[in-house]
Amino acid sequence: MYAEFSQEIDLETNAALQALAAALRARSLPWIRDVIPALCGVAVHFDPDHPQLPESILEAFQVLLEEAFKQAGKYERTGRLVELPVCYDAEFGVDLADLGKTLSLSEKQIVERHSRNEHVVLMVGFSPGQPYIGGLDESLALPRRATPRTRVPAGSVAIANTQTAVYSYETPGGWHVIGRTPLALFKPERNPPSVFAPGDRVRFVPVSRAEFDRLKP
Amino acid sequence: MKVAKPGLLTTVQDLGRLGLQHLGVVPGGAMDPVALLLANALVGNEREAAALEMTVLGPELQLESDALVALCGAEFEARAGGKPLPMNRPVLLRKGAVLACGRATRGSRAYLAVAGGIAVPEVLGSRSTFLPARYGGLAGRALQAGDSVPLAGDAATLALKRYLKISDGKKAGPMGMSTVRWTAPSPTLPDGDRVVVHAMEGRHHEQFDAASRRAFFEETWKVSPDSNRMGFRLAGPVLARPEAVDIPSEPTCLGTVQVPANGLPIALMADHQTTGGYPKIAEIAGADVPRLAQLAPGGSVQFARCTMEDAIELRRALRQRLESTLRSLAWEFGT
Repeated sequence: MYAEFSQEIDLETNAALQALAAALRARSLPWIRDVIPALCGVAVHFDPDHPQLPESILEAFQVLLEEAFKQAGKYERTGRLVELPVCYDAEFGVDLADLGKTLSLSEKQIVERHSRNEHVVLMVGFSPGQPYIGGLDESLALPRRATPRTRVPAGSVAIANTQTAVYSYETPGGWHVIGRTPLALFKPERNPPSVFAPGDRVRFVPVSRAEFDRLKP
Repeated sequence: MKVAKPGLLTTVQDLGRLGLQHLGVVPGGAMDPVALLLANALVGNEREAAALEMTVLGPELQLESDALVALCGAEFEARAGGKPLPMNRPVLLRKGAVLACGRATRGSRAYLAVAGGIAVPEVLGSRSTFLPARYGGLAGRALQAGDSVPLAGDAATLALKRYLKISDGKKAGPMGMSTVRWTAPSPTLPDGDRVVVHAMEGRHHEQFDAASRRAFFEETWKVSPDSNRMGFRLAGPVLARPEAVDIPSEPTCLGTVQVPANGLPIALMADHQTTGGYPKIAEIAGADVPRLAQLAPGGSVQFARCTMEDAIELRRALRQRLESTLRSLAWEFGT
């Protein structure tokens, strides 16, 4: 089941639905398996075989949402601050030069504008531990690349529209790659396994190539 | 068990890792959980036990201890010690026996359960192999020749003890294979050239043009060769969405049918990505996903329109049938 609250990505709406998801999760209902705060809504996966599954699931979901709305205030802005080291060297930030030309900014200015303000994790998904991060400086916003790359290395930090993505695994991708983090975003044996959780605040911390090598596991 | 030949794609699977989708972790697990549950029940295992999922071409395994096994799901030309291995039954195999699972003759995926389960370590609460991120199962990958598949420490004792129970005290011979007279059903086997699965209209169904909406439910779709555990790509008429507005990525579900820009639908299967930005034309009824999973590339599927209420009813009916079978199998083991 998915409740959509807007059709455009908006930081305020996302903050509200993070709180709503936290309130839903706090109920820990036995027939609900997953509560997923997404970019523009909240999804709930239920156990279709659970003996306590309500007769009308949609009605039950509606009631749950209304109750969670009342509780949501308690869960506002509870996200942790994650400081993510990023090496913005041209070796990793393969699209920085092109981006600079399109935006009429120097590479240094792009890095500065990407790392100076606080961002927020709007959703974690697609691959394990992969964050969709909102709060990109408006002067850096532009559409995706016309031709996606067939492979983007794990750890790549990339921007498009008003978001930053960090690739947790090597995948194809169409965003503008501006740097790379040395951290492994997802390790199943680590607790917690994911560096990012939905609702986390994020700061990108520029690091040198030497520091990148030192931090790389 | 030693792996002599790995087969086309043989992985360790259980019922999947639950409750971590907010971190992008898909449940994964068996593509046909109905067949997995039956295989486990046939050897007296817990539902959560892990088994081997084989695909189209099965592995050849050498047993390094006695084992009680059951093969369920797709029909395979399996042989043990050179003799045909009966499917959907508990079979006691002796140490040293060679189990050659052969090729699928109907359906595409079968589950080999062993009494005591496949004893790989749990990762995030499950033993399932997740190939895209290489974790779970045997080192996060498919079986390879030369691998040792770990069984429970007491697999041999369990095999003899459980066999004694189901054979009414009749002792097994020292050689070859021993089995019983009863079998379990195989409800997910494709019953014809074309599989019909129920599907609800998806969230973005209305955005497709009238011809495409009609075609989706009327045409027969073919499973493309580039299909895998993540998704089945379906070949058929190109589906058109006249106003191709961007959709912000949103959560997806097992059985979601999404349509990328090329107009050819993809049915999301066990290892699907947890979110996606493609429009969703349909959602396949959960009860019918295991039957779809039994199609091999080249197999045909047709979608029968249903409502959410129908889908819930189909699931309830499947559960009732399955539970009654599982109960009677558990009864054979005296549990």
